[in-house]
Amino acid sequence: MSKRTDSNGYTMIFAVIMVLVVGSLLAFLASSLKPSIKENERIEKQQNILYAMGVNENDDSSANFVSTSVAGDEFQKYIKKQFVIEGDKISESQDAYLIDVKKQQANAKDGKVRKLPLFVGEKDGATFYVAPIRGKGLWDAIWGYVSMDENMVVQGAYFDHKGETPGLGANIKQRYFMDDFIGEHLMSDTGVFKGITVAKGNNDPKNEEKTDYEVDAIAGATITGDGVSAMIKSDLKLYVPYFKSLKK
Amino acid sequence: MGLLSKKDAALITDPLADNNPITIQVLGICSALAITAELKASIVMAISVLFVLGLGNVVISLMRNIIPSKIRIIVQLIVVATLVIIVDLVLKAFAYELSKTLSVFVGLIITNCIIMGRFEAFALGNGPWRSFLDGVGNSIGYGVILIAVGFFRELLGSGSLLGFKVLGDPIEKTGLYALGYENNGFMLLSPMALIVVGIIIWIQRSRNTALIEEN
Repeated sequence: MSKRTDSNGYTMIFAVIMVLVVGSLLAFLASSLKPSIKENERIEKQQNILYAMGVNENDDSSANFVSTSVAGDEFQKYIKKQFVIEGDKISESQDAYLIDVKKQQANAKDGKVRKLPLFVGEKDGATFYVAPIRGKGLWDAIWGYVSMDENMVVQGAYFDHKGETPGLGANIKQRYFMDDFIGEHLMSDTGVFKGITVAKGNNDPKNEEKTDYEVDAIAGATITGDGVSAMIKSDLKLYVPYFKSLKK
Repeated sequence: MGLLSKKDAALITDPLADNNPITIQVLGICSALAITAELKASIVMAISVLFVLGLGNVVISLMRNIIPSKIRIIVQLIVVATLVIIVDLVLKAFAYELSKTLSVFVGLIITNCIIMGRFEAFALGNGPWRSFLDGVGNSIGYGVILIAVGFFRELLGSGSLLGFKVLGDPIEKTGLYALGYENNGFMLLSPMALIVVGIIIWIQRSRNTALIEEN
């Protein structure tokens, strides 16, 4: 039985029409939804930064951002200054939080100067320095925001990921993992940058030791955990000169 | 069952037991192993597949007489991918929080063998309504197994269900942990998912010996 739909001509025409229809449908949808997606991402960045400095609506165990409707106002209220560090130059910019860390990392690779955004927040009389970090997990990108005091002691951290395994690597954005970083030191007393390692076989599961430069790893998420250690080490290290200059 | 004829009802009920996509047809194993380390992810995945398979089966069924047989697999792939991307974009624009939760599943849905399997085996040869029922039935059958595996893996691996610590706190040693109970970290890794699925298949076949193949 030879059907009309078996001929080569029909197959070609069908394929072309299908591609055109699907392509234009998706292109139309993507471009018409782009503004609201961008806006959502912008608000999320503000929420992330606020979360890292402790402005959030956390309950006992789960992590909750300030709600999207007030994120902009809260951001204005708590974030006092936004700096862009370029080599030795430090400038202030209201849009430093919109700097794309991924692009800047690529710039650094090409030998250009990497722009480092840093957000200075104030809450209850204390000053927080929030820096973005970005790296690789098991499947895709992971990133986060770390807030520190002037001695580079971690005051809060927020991590997120694009596609880590649910229940394993994806747990880096769970409270029990992120909260472990609070109080950890990044720099030794003598001013040597140590970073924080997500360590297996940690002797300190309750995380009472804050100067061991280690937090407890997540079982089954070794590579994601290594990615977190690596991005903390490589990206936060770049801010060391700034923190040292604060003390002079 | 006034709404459904006996034959139509079987489309929904068959995949729940004697023709289950995971335990009998052994389709969709990849996602059953990958994302069942916790119950919540299993439930989210089950609902996502229900949506995509139900809708995809109808679309393929409507197009079944005009799809050229030489490129039908490509056409099926395009339909799944398009549906999934549309859902992803709409969620990102209007329900951003939810889209964050779903992000990783989007890619996984496209590669789920059950979807291509049902398009190929059913929707290409049946009408839209029956294809819809078949899609719903199969995704529920898939979801039930996924949720069962997720339940045991999260309970035995992390000692919690949907994030609630039902067995006590493993670090503070409360509840069951005070008696010396320990979580089995191995349950969180994919090999144990395969073993759990295997046990379910074993139980099912020992209860219904007609399912055992002769060889």
